[in-house]
Amino acid sequence: MTKGSFVERHFKILFPLPAVSFIIVMMLFPVIYTLFLSFTNWNLTSGMPLSLVGFKSYLRVLREPRFLEAIGRTFSFTAIAVVVETVLGLAVALLLNREFKGKSIMKLILLLPLVATPVAIGIVWNLFFDPTIGLANYVLSLFGLPRAAWVSSSASVIPSLALVDIWQWTPMIALIVLAGLASLSQEPYESAKVDGANAVQIFTKITLPMISPTLLTAMILRSVDALKTYDIIYAMTGGGPGYSSETLNVMAYKYSFEYFRMGQSSVILVFLFILVLAFSLGIMALRKRFEL
Amino acid sequence: MKARLLAVLMLLALVFGAGAQAKEIRVLVANHPYGDLLKAAIPEYEKATGVKVNVESLQESQLTTKLTTEFATNSSSVDVFMTRPLQEGKMFYKNGWYEPLTSYDFSDYPDSAMGVARFGNKPYLVPLVTEWQVLYYRKDLFKKAGLSVPKTFTELEAAAKALDSADVAGFASRGKGAAAVTQISSFLYNYGGAFLDKGVAVFDSKEALEATRFYGKLLALYGPTGVTSMSWENIMPLFQAGKVAMWTDASVFFGQIVDPAKSQVTAADVGIANMPAGPKTNNPFFVVSWGMAVARQSKNKVQAMDFIKWATSADLAKKALVASIPMSRDSAWADPAVVAKTNPELVTTQAFAAKNGNPFDRPYMSAVGNARDLIGEVIIESINTAGTSQKLADLAKQKVKQVNELLEDTGEYGMY
Repeated sequence: MTKGSFVERHFKILFPLPAVSFIIVMMLFPVIYTLFLSFTNWNLTSGMPLSLVGFKSYLRVLREPRFLEAIGRTFSFTAIAVVVETVLGLAVALLLNREFKGKSIMKLILLLPLVATPVAIGIVWNLFFDPTIGLANYVLSLFGLPRAAWVSSSASVIPSLALVDIWQWTPMIALIVLAGLASLSQEPYESAKVDGANAVQIFTKITLPMISPTLLTAMILRSVDALKTYDIIYAMTGGGPGYSSETLNVMAYKYSFEYFRMGQSSVILVFLFILVLAFSLGIMALRKRFEL
Repeated sequence: MKARLLAVLMLLALVFGAGAQAKEIRVLVANHPYGDLLKAAIPEYEKATGVKVNVESLQESQLTTKLTTEFATNSSSVDVFMTRPLQEGKMFYKNGWYEPLTSYDFSDYPDSAMGVARFGNKPYLVPLVTEWQVLYYRKDLFKKAGLSVPKTFTELEAAAKALDSADVAGFASRGKGAAAVTQISSFLYNYGGAFLDKGVAVFDSKEALEATRFYGKLLALYGPTGVTSMSWENIMPLFQAGKVAMWTDASVFFGQIVDPAKSQVTAADVGIANMPAGPKTNNPFFVVSWGMAVARQSKNKVQAMDFIKWATSADLAKKALVASIPMSRDSAWADPAVVAKTNPELVTTQAFAAKNGNPFDRPYMSAVGNARDLIGEVIIESINTAGTSQKLADLAKQKVKQVNELLEDTGEYGMY
């Protein structure tokens, strides 16, 4: 038996080591530390050192009606945003999936919202949405429509925020679907044409089934992201008016950096983690079941 | 031999070079007119002392977040920072983040300001900016309507009603829950109410509820659209665009609302008046909104102390006052040369508030961030119902209970 150097004998450990240590330090440690903090009473406003208190912080958070409302809002925001983004994204992808003049410029323009900074987007949309001097209401008034309150009213704040999310992220779905469309085999289309299928039939019977794995992947990616949305909401409304646009992430931020109740904030984040994980696992199980 | 000598010399140069580089401090300021003034003046200080000052400026809540994160994790390299005594003073003191300032001369500061700068017997922060609540109003609109400036809440309501039109809001003030708490405070006081009394929450008292209803009614009937999501950042541009006839807020904004680069309203048309009196009294808030402190964790305390003495000096305070930044130092307001260059209405309202003011514009407690959100819920309910809510009293009672719980959590219940 030949004895190689240490490195040669430990290839299988050494090579993945950088990636594994990165994951442990940057991903696993924060999750475990947050879990640890959720069982403490760490509260900077009390000025006391932290101590383990079991499930006390959990009970305190669960008692807040605000917490349950935030869970509901996290999902309703995600549902509105992702459904509209998927429908629009698919439509845009179908439009772009043909040759026409200026196609590459169109794609470039589509990319722009994706690369913009969320906080800057939030500030600009806030200017649009200002109920008195904003552009959005000015445009409405040009068409003789009544002024809307946009993010200033608890009734319309979630749809308005979802609108911004839709503006920013529809292109992502469109681009993923476009890539999926480009890779589809042409044969089924040709035989469908020979059989005399109309455009609607081709779309519902061929394109949609064939594209659905791609579409679903895009939806999962987007949903997980939308569940965690923080920047746009915080920059635009800070969770207001009142708590009416407060999602779990925004609530956790406020608990940490406005209330300085780190233990309870960790509880909220543990719940968010579990929800996102359960959602992803659920979708994956569904996908397997329906063999998509 | 020569080579060795050279090496020694290089080593020496390196050591002394490093010594010279250590004269460097890190200063965190707020995006506030005084923070801007300071940043502009710092090159002079660097030239005079040879100390390099690294300044970072942050929006106020981000400043608190940054300081808290750095201090709580014991990883801070901050030497000097701007701080909000009423918002974070108690918490920073409890956690031991302020260095006591025993060698600083505080004789130029009024007692009301020193009340929030001291903890126990020691001073921990230097009062910088003192704000009081005023009524900003449009002189031209008042003249056109033949109205005189309101002196009481009854007159305020009448004027708001008379000046309100489709294009111009008769009256504006902050309506965004937590942000509104400081601006409703003078209304509360003038009705005879309070947030806390002897360390116990009392904003569900009859007087406090009347004040909350009045504030809600004014904003709902005569306020700008979407007022429950408005803080001063949203109201100021409306005032500058000429869409607001009267605005109650802190005195610090005068310089910005008449800035010709930002405002369509000319300075001659903007008046500053005392807060109108309530049914009980007239005690507008008169508070130290900003102070400056040295970090306990600082490794350059000598330079930090020297810097804070310069940054809070009477000279700079006078310069700032001329630029309409209301300063805490008595000597700035006593200097006739400075006062002559300051807006006369700012001077008269300051004199009134200094004499009659209440030194708090929010519940003075460590958990004030959460308490403000809770009180904000009551304010928003009042605005949404134009002050007529049937459940306002119950809601206030419930929020009082929650604020008392926060006081208990932090060991401050019944303490004052």
